Amino acid sequence: MRCVMPDTHFYRPNFYQYDDYDRTLVTERVEQFRDQVRRRLSGELTEEQFKPLRLTNGLYLQLHAYMLRIAIPYGTLSSRQLRKLADIARKYDRGYGHFTTRQNLQLNWIKLEEAPDALAALAEVDMHAMQTSGNVIRNVTADHFAGAAIDEIEDPRIWCEIVRQWSTLHPEFSFLPRKFKIAVTGSPNDRAAVRVHDIGLRLWRNEQGEVGFEVIVGGGLGRTPMIGKTLREFLPKDELLAYLEATLRVYNRYGRRDNLYKARIKILVHEVGAEKMREEVEAEYADIKGGALKLPAETIEAIARQFAPPALPHRPAVVGAVEALKLEDRDFALWLKSNVSPHRLAGYRIVTASLKPAGAPPGDASSVQMEGVADIADAYSQGEIRVSHEQNLVLPHVAVEDLPAVWLALGRLGFAEANVGKITDIIACPGLDYCALANARSIPVAQSISNHFAALARQHDIGDLKIKISGCINACGHHHVGHIGILGVDKNGVELYQISLGGDVDFGKTALGTILGPAVAADKVVEAVDALVATYLDARSAGERFVDTYRRIGAQPFKDRVYAVV
Amino acid sequence: MPLFREAGIVEDPWQKLDDDAPVPADGMVLVSFARWREARAALLARRGPVGVAFANTDPVEALASDTSRLDLMTLHFPKFSDGRAYSQARLLRERLGYQGELRATGNVLQDQAPFMLRCGFDAFESDQKGFGEALARARTLFSVVYQPTEDGRATASLLRLKRRNAVAS
Repeated sequence: MRCVMPDTHFYRPNFYQYDDYDRTLVTERVEQFRDQVRRRLSGELTEEQFKPLRLTNGLYLQLHAYMLRIAIPYGTLSSRQLRKLADIARKYDRGYGHFTTRQNLQLNWIKLEEAPDALAALAEVDMHAMQTSGNVIRNVTADHFAGAAIDEIEDPRIWCEIVRQWSTLHPEFSFLPRKFKIAVTGSPNDRAAVRVHDIGLRLWRNEQGEVGFEVIVGGGLGRTPMIGKTLREFLPKDELLAYLEATLRVYNRYGRRDNLYKARIKILVHEVGAEKMREEVEAEYADIKGGALKLPAETIEAIARQFAPPALPHRPAVVGAVEALKLEDRDFALWLKSNVSPHRLAGYRIVTASLKPAGAPPGDASSVQMEGVADIADAYSQGEIRVSHEQNLVLPHVAVEDLPAVWLALGRLGFAEANVGKITDIIACPGLDYCALANARSIPVAQSISNHFAALARQHDIGDLKIKISGCINACGHHHVGHIGILGVDKNGVELYQISLGGDVDFGKTALGTILGPAVAADKVVEAVDALVATYLDARSAGERFVDTYRRIGAQPFKDRVYAVV
Repeated sequence: MPLFREAGIVEDPWQKLDDDAPVPADGMVLVSFARWREARAALLARRGPVGVAFANTDPVEALASDTSRLDLMTLHFPKFSDGRAYSQARLLRERLGYQGELRATGNVLQDQAPFMLRCGFDAFESDQKGFGEALARARTLFSVVYQPTEDGRATASLLRLKRRNAVAS
């Protein structure tokens, strides 16, 4: 049994830290993979046999090279871990990485023979690439404001960690019909998109004052987008794993395996109906509950303690210098409005570092930029960083007093664009530039929209507007839930883009977008978006967001204007 | 097809019967689940032991009280990536309390062996080169487990609880 001891560090991170058990498993997993790679390179394993083994270690074969997808459980990183990621990107890749919509990091230029070493380097900081791919329970995602948000009932990461352990190398569920994604939110204001996951878990407090889970099953995007159904209104927290095991068992046994595109749990729920699905899961749950999977209070408490909020010193809520800078510098004022969110403590804020500077590929960060963010986190945010599913980085605990310094420091990295939630805060998949599945490019489309709308004052005038771009119907760019969704399609070798309007992922308002009309040519996408925005600006009433106006006036005015110009 | 147990390669004493083949009066016979359902009484009236071969879509729960009357059950992996039999195995072991031989058949490969052992399989038909050696190491390949299953291994969570209590007392 080998153990890797952590370096000592100034901050003790305020989230779950591996112990010797977790470390041993990750180290043994690296050794197992090293042996599998050796057998593949020697020809002992065929590519067909090797594929599921490399996939469950995060290694994909892309258009040009292997891609390593590194798990960032619940999107939470310490500065030490982020520095290591920067280091690995420099050593085993081309000095940059891509943060994904599932809060992971992708390195696009990995060599197969070096992959075990990259994984061993990750293990040094208690990280791995398990369950970032393959037909398994994938890395669990959470609200990126967890533990800092003002509206939080309970930190969802406690439950993500419990699910992480249970799902790691699960002996029964490692060869599911298809991949399986779980997301958890602890706030009424859902920032984890729980209704579009295979299982979404929403913590809420019932009339008796108890906190439990609403269990939402069978949501998802991809080829057949669906909004999940609530199988259970209220699940006692200590039976979470029993209920998950019951759901996964029903899926493993009855989910379709005859057609790759009909294999997700959403299709099973759709085909048998929510009622029948609930019956099956509840019957299985009745047999499992109260057994070995029931979580002892002590176990929950021990994990919860590791997520205890940091002991933040009292800092002033109103700071003269901040107010003064706000009046002096318009960019700072805009940044405060879009990139800074309330914290549960009055003297602190949550800062979002925008990985979407004008014209840049969404979600990309160089090793130098990652190290820069790690330094800022050490100086101003308790050494902690989050990855958001919107492909930005988050500093969860910044004192109001430190906001000017953080703004300047992020600005030096190119990450202080005041555009979070705005039209240039675009989600895009890697698309045809990297991905073997894509039909069309996504990143260049995002870049041209980003350049066109670069003026910040205009972006703020347009207000909250989410554009999401996917390069194929697998919908990694979540185009179905974009206020404006853009889907790349291939028509006889020509890249065209289908536009949809009205998608949303906010809790209670989750909706799938509706296709506007015929797909438009690549060089007309910007004009089309411009026409959509102009329609909105003309028609909006006070305080109305783009998507609200669309809901009120319907598609026709948007359609008329777009197809007059493209 | 070579048959392995963790201790090594073993002879297969079982005779696999096609559904239309006559049932011998004695000896160890393995029949399909469909045949078992049809001819259960006659099969139990024989002198020799009986085994049942399941397809991975068969409802193993239907066996219920018969689990103690059977000495072999085989669960099938048409492809190694089709994981339905893992659920069947856990149901047979953990819910129905089946104690006899539980054999994996079909596309049985060494990298799946650690999972199969944890789900209760104890016999494996495999023609993969090196399968026997890998199987012998499979149980200890990972010294930490997170999920409670019938293999009875203490989970990380349980070991942590014990350690905390030992420190506390």
